[in-house]
Amino acid sequence: MGFFLETLFGGLMVGMLYSLVALGFVLIFKASGVFNFAQGAMVLFAALAMARFSEWIPQWTGIESRWFANVVAFVVAGLIMFAVAWLVELLVLRHLVNQKGATLLMATLGIAYFLDGAGQTLFGSNIYKIDIGMPKDPIFLLEGMFQGGILVNKEDLYAALIAATLVAALSLFFQKTGIGRALRAVADDHQAAQSIGIPLTHIWVIVWCVAGVVALVAGMIWGSKLGVQFSLTTVALRALPVVILGGLTSVPGAIIGGLVIGVGEKLSEVYLGPFVGGGIEIWFAYVLALVFLLFRPQGLFGEKIIDRV
Amino acid sequence: MFYRENGQFKTTYRADQQVFPILQDRVAIWALLAAAFVVVPFLASDYLMRAILIPFLIMSLAALGVNVLVGYCGQISLGSGAFMAVGAYGAYNIFVRIPGMPLVPALLLGGLCATAFGILFGLPSLRVKGLYLAVATLAAQFFSDWMFLRIKWFTLDTPSGSVSVSNLQVFGLPIESAASRYVFCLAVLVVMAVLTKNLVRGAIGREWMAIRDMDVAAAVIGIRPMHAKLSAFAVSSFIIGVAGALWAFVYLGAWEPAAFSVDLSFRLLFMVIIGGLGSIMGSFFGAAFIIVLPVVLNQVLPALAGLVGAEISTVGISHAELMLFGGLIVWFLIVEPHGLARLWSTGKQKLRTWPFPY
Amino acid sequence: MNGGRPIGEVVLDVQNISLSFGGVRALSDISFDVREHEVRAIIGPNGAGKSSMLNCINGVYTPQEGAIMFRGRTFRHMNSRQVAEMGVARTFQNLSLFQGMSVLDNLMTGRNLRMRCNLFQQAIRWGAAEREEIRHREFVEHIIDFLEIQAHRKTPVGQLPYGLQKRVDLGRALAMEPQVLLLDEPMAGMNVEEKQDMSRFILDVNDEFGATIVLIEHDMGVVMDISDRVVVLDYGRKIGDGTPDEVRQDENVIRAYLGVEH
Repeated sequence: MGFFLETLFGGLMVGMLYSLVALGFVLIFKASGVFNFAQGAMVLFAALAMARFSEWIPQWTGIESRWFANVVAFVVAGLIMFAVAWLVELLVLRHLVNQKGATLLMATLGIAYFLDGAGQTLFGSNIYKIDIGMPKDPIFLLEGMFQGGILVNKEDLYAALIAATLVAALSLFFQKTGIGRALRAVADDHQAAQSIGIPLTHIWVIVWCVAGVVALVAGMIWGSKLGVQFSLTTVALRALPVVILGGLTSVPGAIIGGLVIGVGEKLSEVYLGPFVGGGIEIWFAYVLALVFLLFRPQGLFGEKIIDRV
Repeated sequence: MFYRENGQFKTTYRADQQVFPILQDRVAIWALLAAAFVVVPFLASDYLMRAILIPFLIMSLAALGVNVLVGYCGQISLGSGAFMAVGAYGAYNIFVRIPGMPLVPALLLGGLCATAFGILFGLPSLRVKGLYLAVATLAAQFFSDWMFLRIKWFTLDTPSGSVSVSNLQVFGLPIESAASRYVFCLAVLVVMAVLTKNLVRGAIGREWMAIRDMDVAAAVIGIRPMHAKLSAFAVSSFIIGVAGALWAFVYLGAWEPAAFSVDLSFRLLFMVIIGGLGSIMGSFFGAAFIIVLPVVLNQVLPALAGLVGAEISTVGISHAELMLFGGLIVWFLIVEPHGLARLWSTGKQKLRTWPFPY
Repeated sequence: MNGGRPIGEVVLDVQNISLSFGGVRALSDISFDVREHEVRAIIGPNGAGKSSMLNCINGVYTPQEGAIMFRGRTFRHMNSRQVAEMGVARTFQNLSLFQGMSVLDNLMTGRNLRMRCNLFQQAIRWGAAEREEIRHREFVEHIIDFLEIQAHRKTPVGQLPYGLQKRVDLGRALAMEPQVLLLDEPMAGMNVEEKQDMSRFILDVNDEFGATIVLIEHDMGVVMDISDRVVVLDYGRKIGDGTPDEVRQDENVIRAYLGVEH
């Protein structure tokens, strides 16, 4: 039972990381109806930026403080993501406004490849470290209930805390600020929002900026845990099923979907894996998404899709 | 003035429905085929054939298959790599396990394996489209990755997971030299291209395009979406499967599952987008572009870098390649969504009226 | 207004159809019949449910209640393919031509039901498939002549002006050799000349091809001129049913249109 709970916790932690990436997908889709295949590449790009800058800042300024380097690097990386958002809107989105969804999808695929190459050209392609001072040692929970306690990574707990804070901040942003309201209006109905004077292109830049920040946070946490490396883009591919499960238009769906997939992957790998030679993690998320697609395409919390003739 | 159709009147529907109604086009195509079959094998270097022409031919075939599904029928697919893998491993198992199995039937049967796989994973297209369908095809891709990695039966239980074939022959003629491989691939490509072109300009092609353009109207005309979509998946995956078998047998010789990863799927999709969705010729253009570009970059970029006194490593070139692909995809989608094929036909239109403006 | 053929028996009978989308009632208990060879108009203010009615007949929507009788057989839900096979064709209010194809190809898709060659025959083309293509091409050319669009055969439909696209839409429906033709606002967006042309085509179709026409139209002049009987819908209910003259003088109808009469 203890082992089961450990696996469960492990799955929840991984799932939460998926949720962070999925959050970026949902934000952009909600506001512009665009599915951003480049979200994973954005995570990598942001993480690379932060990793390298946190190295370079001490070199350039001579200030040795870890804390200082990290904060400045975070801010700089954030600004870079804003620039990326602005450029994407200017060069790509603006010109594809009335195109079909499939076209926009493929355009974001192009952006993904571009960011991939650009990130590695600008920041290098080795594995880099992000050290934001997360404790790496494990702790043992619930030692009273189970023999020896349950092994949980402190780092994962902190990461969960950061993610939760981010989600709370985003919720506040959407509910309380004027821009947040505008974003919700645009998400509901593009044309109606336009007709009351909300400038769509500005909104899109803002949304991509927010998604960029989300990508940065996700990249920071992943990078701290795994090191910043190319395989982060495959994270995006893992996060796709999450939004299918949770519903493309639902923020809580992204979170819950991520947790479900994370737990499901871990549990199925541990308990079903040995029967089929292992490696279930490769396809579990996708096959689960496939099942949802067939029977409940809007996911757990998404809106039903109606096709009018 | 050279490309005029003056005097070429069509007096029968049969003449009007030819694939190349303009005489100059027909002449050009026959000349091209003659050159490709007869001249190139003698003049081209081994390197040119092995590194560029053979991959170009096989990838053109695969792009053709992808175009049938994505371009003509409008079903987005990110799982083409999986179809190639199923074709390759299917053909491999049939070739190796059944003694005396000749090469061509093995390749075709590999294609049929891919067809079965394609129809199965094409079923979601009956319920969903667009992004959701893309996710379903990715499921096919990852499932296939896992299947050939973990189910040892497919790879004949080799410890390393990689397999190889050798001693290929067609009707007793060995296919070892670059020239013979080239001609073999060319022959397969030409035959499949002709058959595909016939399908695409016939009733089933119109069904596919109707479903792509407006599936409700298509249903009202009496087209069954299930028939159209599943037949598109079937035909498409057959072609891609045969291409996959060719890729494995003739080009790679020895391979492992990673050869057919999701990266290959994306590459195929890019070929079709850049070359031109819904165009047979576009598949060739796209394949040529994607195959030739890295080679060109390898030569050009270091020279360019040298001009500004900088150095660029091979890793740097591959990054530049990524950026160029990504940028070009976006550029094509914005400027010419119908790809190189449309640019080509626009060019021909201008040529028809040259030297007059209209 | 019927030229050649006498109006026959009831060929299509809509019985108590009710249709809702979520909470919105699109159609409430609609019943009317259509007789063979007649021109039956469906009129009503915008949003009255006219297109939804046609969509039910075509199998695009499934009504929650009611049934449709066609040639003696009753259906709770129409399957689009079955409907097409039974000889019902339609045009759409918002044009639904296949934008990626030429005029000729669009018309040829209408022949799809009658094409028999299988995948392999088509792949080889030489022989049976080629002959079939030519045969159907000849039939479609008659329609092209009838609609006077010869010059535009090979043009991609997206490049044609709106009025011509509407004609191609009609042509595609005609290619199905329909016994019943459902026309959804075929004259929307046309000027007077184009409307005259379209009216002529519709009457010719009714006359020469003998098709029964069910026509949604806003232009009262056209409706009064060419239809034999009229159904009036408002907010999903039937408020009038009879000859054009009867309907024009009906109080309910006048009120629904707020006195707007042509």
